[in-house]
Amino acid sequence: MSIAAALPSAGGHSARPAGGPSGRGKLTPYFLLLPAGLALLVFYVLPTITLATTSLQTGSLEKGYTLTWHWPTYGEVLTQYWPQFARSFGYAAGATILALIIAYPLAYTIAFKAGRWRSIMLTLVIAPFFTSFLIRTLAWRQILADEGPVVSFMKSTGLMHVTDWIGMTQGRILATGTAVVIGLAYNFLPFMTLPLYNSLERMDRGLLKASEDLYANSWTTFWKVTWPLSLPGVVGGTLLTFIPAAGDYVNQRFLGTIDNTMAGNAIDSLFLQQRQYPQAAALSLVLMVAIIVLVSVYVKRSGTEELV
Amino acid sequence: MTESADAVGSGLHVRGLVKKYGVFTAVDGIDLDVPEGSFFALLGPSGCGKTTTLRMVAGLEEPTSGAIYIGGDDVSRRRAYQRPVNTVFQNYALFPHLSIFENVAFGLRRRRESNIDKRVMEMLELVELAHLAQRKPTQLSGGQQQRVAVVRALVNRPQVLLLDEPLGALDLKLRRQMQLELKRIQMDVGITFIHVTHDQEEAMTMADTIAVMNQGHVEQLGEPAQLYENPVSVFVANFLGQSNLLRGTASGSESGWITASTPAGALRIPKERSSASGSDVLVGVRPEKLHVHESADAGAVVPGSHNSVTGRIVDASFIGVSTQYLVDIAGGQQLTVFSQNTGTSLLRPGTDVVLHWDAAHTFALDGAEDVRSGLDDSEAE
Repeated sequence: MSIAAALPSAGGHSARPAGGPSGRGKLTPYFLLLPAGLALLVFYVLPTITLATTSLQTGSLEKGYTLTWHWPTYGEVLTQYWPQFARSFGYAAGATILALIIAYPLAYTIAFKAGRWRSIMLTLVIAPFFTSFLIRTLAWRQILADEGPVVSFMKSTGLMHVTDWIGMTQGRILATGTAVVIGLAYNFLPFMTLPLYNSLERMDRGLLKASEDLYANSWTTFWKVTWPLSLPGVVGGTLLTFIPAAGDYVNQRFLGTIDNTMAGNAIDSLFLQQRQYPQAAALSLVLMVAIIVLVSVYVKRSGTEELV
Repeated sequence: MTESADAVGSGLHVRGLVKKYGVFTAVDGIDLDVPEGSFFALLGPSGCGKTTTLRMVAGLEEPTSGAIYIGGDDVSRRRAYQRPVNTVFQNYALFPHLSIFENVAFGLRRRRESNIDKRVMEMLELVELAHLAQRKPTQLSGGQQQRVAVVRALVNRPQVLLLDEPLGALDLKLRRQMQLELKRIQMDVGITFIHVTHDQEEAMTMADTIAVMNQGHVEQLGEPAQLYENPVSVFVANFLGQSNLLRGTASGSESGWITASTPAGALRIPKERSSASGSDVLVGVRPEKLHVHESADAGAVVPGSHNSVTGRIVDASFIGVSTQYLVDIAGGQQLTVFSQNTGTSLLRPGTDVVLHWDAAHTFALDGAEDVRSGLDDSEAE
């Protein structure tokens, strides 16, 4: 039962669209799915199979690679690169939480309070996309630089001592994990904001009035009505942020150091610098499976299948 | 504002309530007195300010000025969740993420009441929905959702229950059924109900007292029969049922009766049924009060206490229980007649007829008013 379908017709009798029982009508959906299905096959299924095959090959760049069903490669990459995996998921989780904390009030304001400024504010949310991803990430190097405004401010207020003490910074921000998390959160913020906005915006305002009428103050109304009804947006936004963030390597490359690389950096280096294709392929597949498992557990645990 | 809390007593009392949106005045200084335990209807066309009034009582809109007393306390500056009122919303506004049980328990949980399980189930049993307690709202039919919305409000035992066009989304048959059910519930629980509707039949069926609203003010307030029999404005005469209105001039008065001369002849009106301020009047009579006879045999039938006019039938439509005639009378006006089907033969268009009615059924309105006020096709929306 979907909220989107249920709300506008709360009082009405939901009429089932009359599906033609003819053979032609039944095939239509398959025809409509054909282009996307082909794209999926060519750009996802086939590359994944190639990747899987590559991961089981042995050999070298000079002599060429042959499929030898060499499973130990998986064990090797896991032993060697588990810190990168841990950082990938840790940084991605941190960035997701940070983005949620920033995006929720933003989306709430746009949906409920912006009035005629709503479309302008929505445009501003996606405005960063007009600038290159690389340029935007490089810009954070200036902002977080050792002589930059943020560090100067934190040093002069003594805030740096606190963040140093809890391990978020090391006398500087750039090159720390914190810088990578900030970069990731910034870059994926629109992906968090838009699903949140969408679920808040389509919420029936009457429900807030009803909650207030039933003795709930604004705070209780938020936690008992607004928040549960926005969960589809929260789940959507966190997935859209976490998944790309876990696989990202650009933010780490510009804002981190060699000591805090992520799985994406390892894959990048194995494929493009060290040319160890089987290891690179194995690492890619492990990352993919890990993300799928994490996401499935998350969706299941958040219990919002019927809301989405 | 002019009266202290002591002077207004229990029940709901509204004094000089005004709501302005910019330059537009939605509610223009209304006063209402609703005795405790009564079923009160706010009736009017869309845009007349009835829903705004209700929302101000609920605390969902802030009044521009005026006071609202519930049980003797002025609540007009309190937040909605601090008022002893609950609302049944037009589209029900049931929480889609909560079960029926939790929807009904919502208000009780917020006030940390005891015995929640028992009280919720009791209310669900009252509307025969106890077996659906664990369902989600979207799994219920419109009528069932409507009943959940009513008990979700009632379970909190508010001093006043506000109903904002609660039956608007239901089909006609279900609506009739719910009207009776709401009336039954109201009598069971004895809570003051304020019912907002644009359906005059609904208001008359259910309410003890009706306030007819138009353009932000109360046109007339009274019992349904009183409003219908003796409307004091053209708007009420036309909005509540149908009325025949004839232009005339008050020409004389003697012992409780006014005589008005109209192009169709002199008509007598009981003095207490006239709300005209000057000598220009609109003489009114309801279509079902009129008797119609062929001119040929009329003389013997018209009693002396009746008003009568002559005319010619221009249209006759047979409805079954009654026949509706349109009759052209002298002076270029037209009267509508509902003639009950008591076995007499149908009169054909073109027949010359005499129309007569008990003079006591005649009412008079101020001649300065617009005769089309309150008719469906003259509404803004």
